[in-house]
Amino acid sequence: MIEFENISKHYPDGTKAVSDFSLQIPAHSSTVFVGSSGCGKTTLLRMINRMVDPSAGTVRIDGEDISTKNAVELRRSIGYVMQNSGLLPHFSVADNIATVPRLMGESRKTSRRRALELMDTVGLSATMADRYPHQLSGGQQQRVGVARGLASDPNILLMDEPFGAVDPIVRAELQNELLRLQKELDKTIVFVTHDIDEAFLLGDQVVILAAGAQKLQVGSPSEIIENPANDFVASFIGAQRGSRALSVKQTAHGPVLVDAQGRTQGRLVEDRLNP
Amino acid sequence: MNLISDAIAWLFAPEQWEGKDGLQTLLGEHLLFTVLSVLIAGVIAIPAGWAIGHTGKGREIAVAAAGIARAVPSFGLLILLVLLFGVTHKPAAALVSFVVLAIPSLLAGAYTGFEAIDRKTIDAARAMGMTEWQVLLKVEIPLGLSLLVGGLRAATLQVVATVTIAAYVNLGGLGLPIITGLNLRRFDMVLGGSLMVAVLALLLDLVLAIVQKASVPRGLVHRRTTTKNHDADHLPVQDEELT
Repeated sequence: MIEFENISKHYPDGTKAVSDFSLQIPAHSSTVFVGSSGCGKTTLLRMINRMVDPSAGTVRIDGEDISTKNAVELRRSIGYVMQNSGLLPHFSVADNIATVPRLMGESRKTSRRRALELMDTVGLSATMADRYPHQLSGGQQQRVGVARGLASDPNILLMDEPFGAVDPIVRAELQNELLRLQKELDKTIVFVTHDIDEAFLLGDQVVILAAGAQKLQVGSPSEIIENPANDFVASFIGAQRGSRALSVKQTAHGPVLVDAQGRTQGRLVEDRLNP
Repeated sequence: MNLISDAIAWLFAPEQWEGKDGLQTLLGEHLLFTVLSVLIAGVIAIPAGWAIGHTGKGREIAVAAAGIARAVPSFGLLILLVLLFGVTHKPAAALVSFVVLAIPSLLAGAYTGFEAIDRKTIDAARAMGMTEWQVLLKVEIPLGLSLLVGGLRAATLQVVATVTIAAYVNLGGLGLPIITGLNLRRFDMVLGGSLMVAVLALLLDLVLAIVQKASVPRGLVHRRTTTKNHDADHLPVQDEELT
């Protein structure tokens, strides 16, 4: 479990990125921070592996205050996947994935075997092991990024808008792949995005943030959609629009669900089963 | 007879390649001064440049210092230093003035090499748990190397051209036939000496160009064109001092 306790982050120029933020992130589930850019969600994420140190407050992992831990060792024990993959351009795919095991003193051979295993896990062909990042597509690079994040078999995986820079089709593919992986691996995932649909798809717990990392609502996707905390949340999640505001329309082929514009979004299947 | 063929005839005359002041000795002295100056400058400028590039601190000071060092006329500095150090320390005076000449390009090559690296790459390296030294050794130095070699090229070219003035203070080098020839109004000697310096400069540059190509890490080869442009922005090769 990851706990934020009264976290604040002030910069010397007076900006308050985070003020008195508290949150519990349960283990073995995924928590998504969602909010518009500049709301402090990435800052919060980077506090978990001490890439950012809070000005005040405590971050705990499994009850242990992380500020007492060595930052380098902490980072090696936590997977980190970033936007645009952040791969080292002069390392081959296998070497990129094997970076953390190598840093932790694994032999070249063991690390490479581990890298090949992980390539399989994230759906990359082993023939790509000796290619360089620029020879891969954006989606493939992102898979390498995920594999690298998993290389030291961390309990915690931090993902900072990992699918932000790929096209929608590849993004959907990667999202489903992540859901499949999470079912298999059961990690504690903390995910940052500005895409509410992505947040609802991937998050067991969704944290909606406003500027200054102000918590607007915390809950499961269902809880948030069913009962948005306020008008801002309702409009942010689009509760009045598109596929989140549906009404039943009777047709000759049975009831369907239509959005505010009258476009059919789906069929009402239970009604068909129990007329 | 034209001057060029005179100069070439002078260059290839067997007597130029004999004795204590033969061209082979002068060439050796010239190379020694060049290599030694660039080496000393490298020992000073490369770690300093890397420190600036890695920490992002001290850039303004470095730019100002490099600007001043670039503006100092080497010949004036050489004479001044000979006067200051005393005539018994002429080689040291000459070395110092060449080192001052070589530092700016090397310094710029070292820190621009680091600055040209995508911040996200370095951030990722750190986030994975690399120590500062590992970031430096595994990421910054390999990725910045080719711009550093670019700086080395510029520095070498400037120094090899400028070592010519060492002859003014009786330290030999390929400037000797140029200066002697000027005094004797023997323009075949002047031109012959100049040709030697020019050929040496071109050869050194060729060797370093090959080294620079080889210093681009695999996986980055496609970016060579951008690297080169960047290089040209920061490190203009100055060869105006080929007197």
